[in-house]
Amino acid sequence: MLAYVIRRLGYGVIVVLGVLLFLFILFFTVASPDDVARRALGEKALPEVIEQWKANHGYDRPLWPWQDFSNNMLFEHYRRMLTFDFGRSDADDALITERLRQGVGPSLALTVPLFVVGISVGIVLSLFVALFRETYIDRLGVLLCVGGMSVSILLYIMGGQLLVGIWLRWFPISGFDPDPAVVGRFLALPLLIAVMSGIGGDVRFYRTVFVEETSRDYVRTARAKGAGEIRVMIFHVLRNALIPVLTRVVLAIPFLFMGSLLLESFFGIPGLGAITVDAINGNDFSTLRTMVFIGALLFVVGQIATDVSYALVDPRVRFE
Amino acid sequence: MLEPHIASNLIVLVLFGAGIGVGIFVRRNRLWREAFGELWRRRPVAIVVVLVYVVLALLDSVSWVGGVAVGEDVVSAYKARSLLDRAFADVQEASYSAPLAGAEFYGGALLDHPGRHLLGTDILGRDVLYLTLKGARVALLIGGLTSLIAIPLALLLGVSAGYYGGRIDDAVFFLMSTLASIPGLLLLIALIMAMGKSTLSVCIALGVTSWVGLCRVTRGETLKLRELDYVQAARALGVSEPRILVRHILPNLMHLVIITFVLMFSGLVLSEAILSWLGIGVDGSWGQMIDQARDELSRDPLIWWNVFAAGSALFGLLLAVNFVGDALRDILAPRTLREEP
Amino acid sequence: MSAALRVEKLQVAFPGEGGPVPVVDDVALQIEPGEVLALVGESGCGKSMTALACMRLVPRPGRIESGAIEVAGRSILELSVPEMRALRGASISMIFQEPMTSLNPVVAVGRQVTEAVHLHERVSKAAARARALDLFEKVGIPDPADRLDAYAHQLSGGLKQRVMIAMALATVPSVLIADEPTTALDVTIQAQILELLREVQREFEVAILLITHDLGVVNELADRVAVMYAGKIVEEGTRMDVLGGGRHPYTQGLMRSMPGLVSPGERLNEIPGVVPPPAEWPVGCRFTSRCPRAMPRCPDVPPGPTALDSEHRAWCHAVAEEVA
Repeated sequence: MLAYVIRRLGYGVIVVLGVLLFLFILFFTVASPDDVARRALGEKALPEVIEQWKANHGYDRPLWPWQDFSNNMLFEHYRRMLTFDFGRSDADDALITERLRQGVGPSLALTVPLFVVGISVGIVLSLFVALFRETYIDRLGVLLCVGGMSVSILLYIMGGQLLVGIWLRWFPISGFDPDPAVVGRFLALPLLIAVMSGIGGDVRFYRTVFVEETSRDYVRTARAKGAGEIRVMIFHVLRNALIPVLTRVVLAIPFLFMGSLLLESFFGIPGLGAITVDAINGNDFSTLRTMVFIGALLFVVGQIATDVSYALVDPRVRFE
Repeated sequence: MLEPHIASNLIVLVLFGAGIGVGIFVRRNRLWREAFGELWRRRPVAIVVVLVYVVLALLDSVSWVGGVAVGEDVVSAYKARSLLDRAFADVQEASYSAPLAGAEFYGGALLDHPGRHLLGTDILGRDVLYLTLKGARVALLIGGLTSLIAIPLALLLGVSAGYYGGRIDDAVFFLMSTLASIPGLLLLIALIMAMGKSTLSVCIALGVTSWVGLCRVTRGETLKLRELDYVQAARALGVSEPRILVRHILPNLMHLVIITFVLMFSGLVLSEAILSWLGIGVDGSWGQMIDQARDELSRDPLIWWNVFAAGSALFGLLLAVNFVGDALRDILAPRTLREEP
Repeated sequence: MSAALRVEKLQVAFPGEGGPVPVVDDVALQIEPGEVLALVGESGCGKSMTALACMRLVPRPGRIESGAIEVAGRSILELSVPEMRALRGASISMIFQEPMTSLNPVVAVGRQVTEAVHLHERVSKAAARARALDLFEKVGIPDPADRLDAYAHQLSGGLKQRVMIAMALATVPSVLIADEPTTALDVTIQAQILELLREVQREFEVAILLITHDLGVVNELADRVAVMYAGKIVEEGTRMDVLGGGRHPYTQGLMRSMPGLVSPGERLNEIPGVVPPPAEWPVGCRFTSRCPRAMPRCPDVPPGPTALDSEHRAWCHAVAEEVA
């Protein structure tokens, strides 16, 4: 088991290094430092101004090690990213790390409840639908799921804001106040909308897993022993079905930190997602680079955690 | 370089030719004929809906220069206009108007063409129905062009990895893991920002983010196919490897490719909508219309027909495609393609 | 003493293109306590469905249309669902063909056996576990105490099947249905499992309904045999009656096609043709199209039972004529 974990960690490290290389190629070669400078300063900027800007932002060194082994951007890039020294924003020179620190709280405040509620509702609904598989309840459920999945989340957001925020006036349509007494009111609407838009895909996935497990032979054995449908579902099917479900769930945990780009921008929540959107709008490449790197890092962590939890939960993997 | 509209016309011709070719092939090949017959039996409505969208896209893809100018816009006689453009020639207003209205929305000034706008007009006075119909082409372009990039890439890498194994497999696997480790939306954003905002870069970005799934599946299938007896027999007989790949392995991957393409389609279009919202999408897409509608909804009285039209068109296409994709998956690969986490 | 299992005029049908298809058609059988009845036939003849009907586990969309089934004297078709559940696993148990997939992979096997106990009796966890341990010993599982906490994938096929048998016997049922219990196992293990079933029959006095297509298995274990074809029973009798002196053309065809039952050097027979689909079933005898002794009246008139001995009966016009 330990050997397995170490191997996974090792591979994860290699992947992270690969991601950094990819980011470097993307942000320094595909979009060269000259491009970045021009976007920040405007197309008509004079060459001297561009050079100065590049020097200020540390873009003035040669890119690759073979151009200058001791002083090049590739090594800089690796060194700084891996030590979490993210530098300053290309747009407004603010310290990126500081901004990240401020953004984590609001992001988590939204995504953690979203995660918990989304999964609970999703599993309960799909258990219900799977219990009634092949009946009209099931068919209706699947229809609703496919329909729900075909609606863009943008429409859910706008529709939700319109319906709940403006016409019904249940919750404010945007804004954020970290005061624990009122934070719930601001998060209620994005939470509701996010759960509604994600439920279609989730229930469809879980339902498939449950229905597949329910048609397995060991379920027939359990019934032959005299177990009732409910016990079959909860004691037998759920335990097996949770394994693929767990994969999907654990994988989502790192994203709790990243926040949702769309939800945060639409609802004015100053989290990490909002920072990313600002970076897009402001052509802020250094911040963008950082956000993508962090996202990838968290994702790799999530994948490793998933593999490990899989090994913990499934006796077939555990006793290898 | 070709004029864009001539290139577009040529592509339509090629598509027609390809369509006829596929049609002949399906008629001759019993397995495929039965599969599509079954598909038609199960989801006739969804298929018709998709075909309607395809026809609309084609109508907007065939264009030529010339003809009568549009109203006072003399230049328009020299611009390439499509069949759709010409159908909706000369219906321009000044600004917003409600569906089938006679007067402008704000101010009440009389329209130039009262009652002609089934879905109203937008901020620039353009007919919303016209814009919505044009969006069909954009949506299909996104899905089609992206797939054209992603699928061959996935097939090439997946088959090589599965068939040759060893170092090639390791390299491909590493490439997949690296790309797959960057959350999709972030990767899309990064790619588009780096390549510059254009239709092509959006399609390339979408392609780069979608090939991994298909690649994994083709790699797995190729591994299985490689061990089959008749492939081993072909190898033993000394058949050259490229020939084995083309004649034995690829045809057996086609059903997976088709299913993946159809199921990927809705994801691609939805992603583009989000990109449009972030300001880095494709011009003229429904996503862009929805994005523009954002502040229209907060006006009082609100302007709803823009977002309604684009949203419904989007929903309609995706719902139909999803239904077809589901049925296709049940018919072609009931066991192989269970949903991956 | 009433029969452990009695089945009369059983009809099980599945919906089909031209109406419901009777996959089990007017089937009757009876097993006394401590007796083994083998139900033999090709795949698809309805023998598994008969077994499932006795458990009232016929999968949807099939259903039991009519007939009577009695377990230890108690009619089960009118029972409510909770009442039937109380019976299942307690009075009548079943073991299946695929031990690999018939056990829950993420629950320890000991726990699955104690579940069988807990579902029907109020005993403490310790008592149930002790019972499971005892059963494991009786079914011949080595290191039973360790094995209780093992998972299915850690056991060989033979051991898994022994666990299944232990699970089925946990509540000392009156009837044990074994659906192709050895088909998925190695030949050497097959012999062991059959031996085990023989011991079980002796020690627990349980009636066994053995479903199989393997006449070798029938020869090892069965006291009486019933031969099924296309949903109907075509011959029944003691083992000697049927295996040694089968009179129905189908039974004879089967005997001559089994390598073990044919003398070395003789040609193996094959029954020409395939089992016809329900749409092509004639009103009369369904074996007509493949029968070497078919007569003009066979496709039109269903054959009634012809008594050949005290326990031996066959449903065949040709046989009826011989006897007359």
